[in-house]
Amino acid sequence: MPVIHYFDLVGCFSMPWLHQYTRLLAAASLLLITAGGLVTSTGSGLSVPDWPNTYGYFMFSFPLSKMVGGIFYEHGHRLIASIVGLLTIGLAVWISRIDSRRWVKRLGWTALGAVILQGTLGGITVVYFLPPAISISHAGLAQLFFALIVSLAIFTSKGWHSRYDQRPPLNDWILSRLALFTPILIYIQILVGATMRHTDAGLAIPDFPLVFGGLWPPVWTAGISIHFAHRFGALLVATIVCAIACHIFYHHASRRELCRPALLLSSLVLLQIVLGGWTIWSEKHVVVNTAHVTVGALVWVTAVSLALRVHRESFAANEHQHRDSQLETVVTHSEAQA
Amino acid sequence: MQYRRVWAFVSIIAITATLACNSRADVPPVSVVPESGAAAGGGGGTTGTSSVNGTVTIEGPAPMAETIRMNSDPVCVKEATMTDTEYYIVGDENGLGNVFVYVKEGISGTYPAPSETLILDQAGCRYDPHVFGLQVGQTVQIVNSDPTLHNIHATPVVNPEFNTGQPIQGMTLDRTFDQPEVMLPFKCDVHGWMNAYVGVLPHPFFDTTTGAGTFDISNLPAGDYVLEAWHEMLGTQTQNVTVADGETAEVTFTFSVG
Repeated sequence: MPVIHYFDLVGCFSMPWLHQYTRLLAAASLLLITAGGLVTSTGSGLSVPDWPNTYGYFMFSFPLSKMVGGIFYEHGHRLIASIVGLLTIGLAVWISRIDSRRWVKRLGWTALGAVILQGTLGGITVVYFLPPAISISHAGLAQLFFALIVSLAIFTSKGWHSRYDQRPPLNDWILSRLALFTPILIYIQILVGATMRHTDAGLAIPDFPLVFGGLWPPVWTAGISIHFAHRFGALLVATIVCAIACHIFYHHASRRELCRPALLLSSLVLLQIVLGGWTIWSEKHVVVNTAHVTVGALVWVTAVSLALRVHRESFAANEHQHRDSQLETVVTHSEAQA
Repeated sequence: MQYRRVWAFVSIIAITATLACNSRADVPPVSVVPESGAAAGGGGGTTGTSSVNGTVTIEGPAPMAETIRMNSDPVCVKEATMTDTEYYIVGDENGLGNVFVYVKEGISGTYPAPSETLILDQAGCRYDPHVFGLQVGQTVQIVNSDPTLHNIHATPVVNPEFNTGQPIQGMTLDRTFDQPEVMLPFKCDVHGWMNAYVGVLPHPFFDTTTGAGTFDISNLPAGDYVLEAWHEMLGTQTQNVTVADGETAEVTFTFSVG
């Protein structure tokens, strides 16, 4: 069967540039999540009382000299969000123009819908004085959007098109299941963390690694329960990440595309646990607290990336079918020209 | 396909309506000032010739005031005349300032809101006063005297929450509160160190201690009362007091640190 290469898929240069653009958007999304973490860590969520304007100014005409105190974080978050929104419009349009895979196009438009919804949730949470349900949804959707952009960066990468599916099939039921459950568990953990953050339960248990000097809380309140659930979740995540990393290193040591994200995931989880403890020891120091949010997002997308690589074969059949149709189009076009 | 569009439209309307109904402004009013005669009585409240005055003191050394770092806003650094925290204002003989003392129980009848407007000033990136009292329905005028932006964010439990920007020097905002609430916090989210507290009561029998820790509640009708003293860091204390016509009762509250 003739193989259409990465550069041939939709014309020279287009796909590599799209891939670089998507990577840029992924970096901007991580910056946006970090800026959002700074807003909550500094308690600046309501320092700009109006939305979508900023103290009556159109967002982009707000003077830089007035970006003081909490406004610096909140308005900065809004500006970065606007840039991410604009970049996402560009991504959706670019994908729809040059990538002929229908499901990738759909993902591009889904990302655009997600970023619009995300902006709306951000506005609602300001107007209604940060109701926890909306703020938690805002935090949860941010992570879904980030994962979507990272996934699109993978789907448009050279490795996805020409390398991973050249390898022999994994045929590993255990790895397949582990790779599926790991990001699901991490996402649930992120939602519990967001709940803890937006209900101000971050120091409900004031010591770490012990719990009020023991292993179990002596009393249970809503805050203590949420906080304890987050710690228990961290234990579960660490266990499943350890399991999947050990499994990959033991059974698939020759597969670099799996070993590298597995190693990165393990390192990030370790760092994340240290940051979690440090957040408590430092009584929620702004930098440490925000770093915990950022590294959490990296843990999540690394797990998603690993899952996609493990399940690459599931996409293969669909893409082969797509390539056949592409080839047919090219051949028909060549014959017509001849 | 048409059905899908109709369902999508209905869903969006339903979600929007749900969010609108969940706003904090719809929190049912629950007074945190228990057994106020004003609420139960219904008749006109009376004043008298009795007084309760006294002192609030602190036992043991009060924590030292900390210096507030205002570096996040250069205007505040320039305008600030005082940069120490106001948690513990301790005068001679351990008198404790910024304590809100009020009659918690024993008042009957309703008291009309005074026409006098109280001023809550934002000057030098501080609230002035830091602790004060207000009657239900009385107007407080919030003023921005600083050449920088402030947002005035009230975070009550009983009354409706509000958050309004004051980006221009000299801007004012008039507000009243419909329900009694002790204490109702204000904060500025731009300048995280700025906070103030107001006690909203259905009667005029309250006072905030001076820097020397003294207070004076006058024009009380004769009767038996429960007095409460509130401090932002040390919590509350209550005492029973009885006053006859024309008499002045002396009351002393003593808070302990730690």
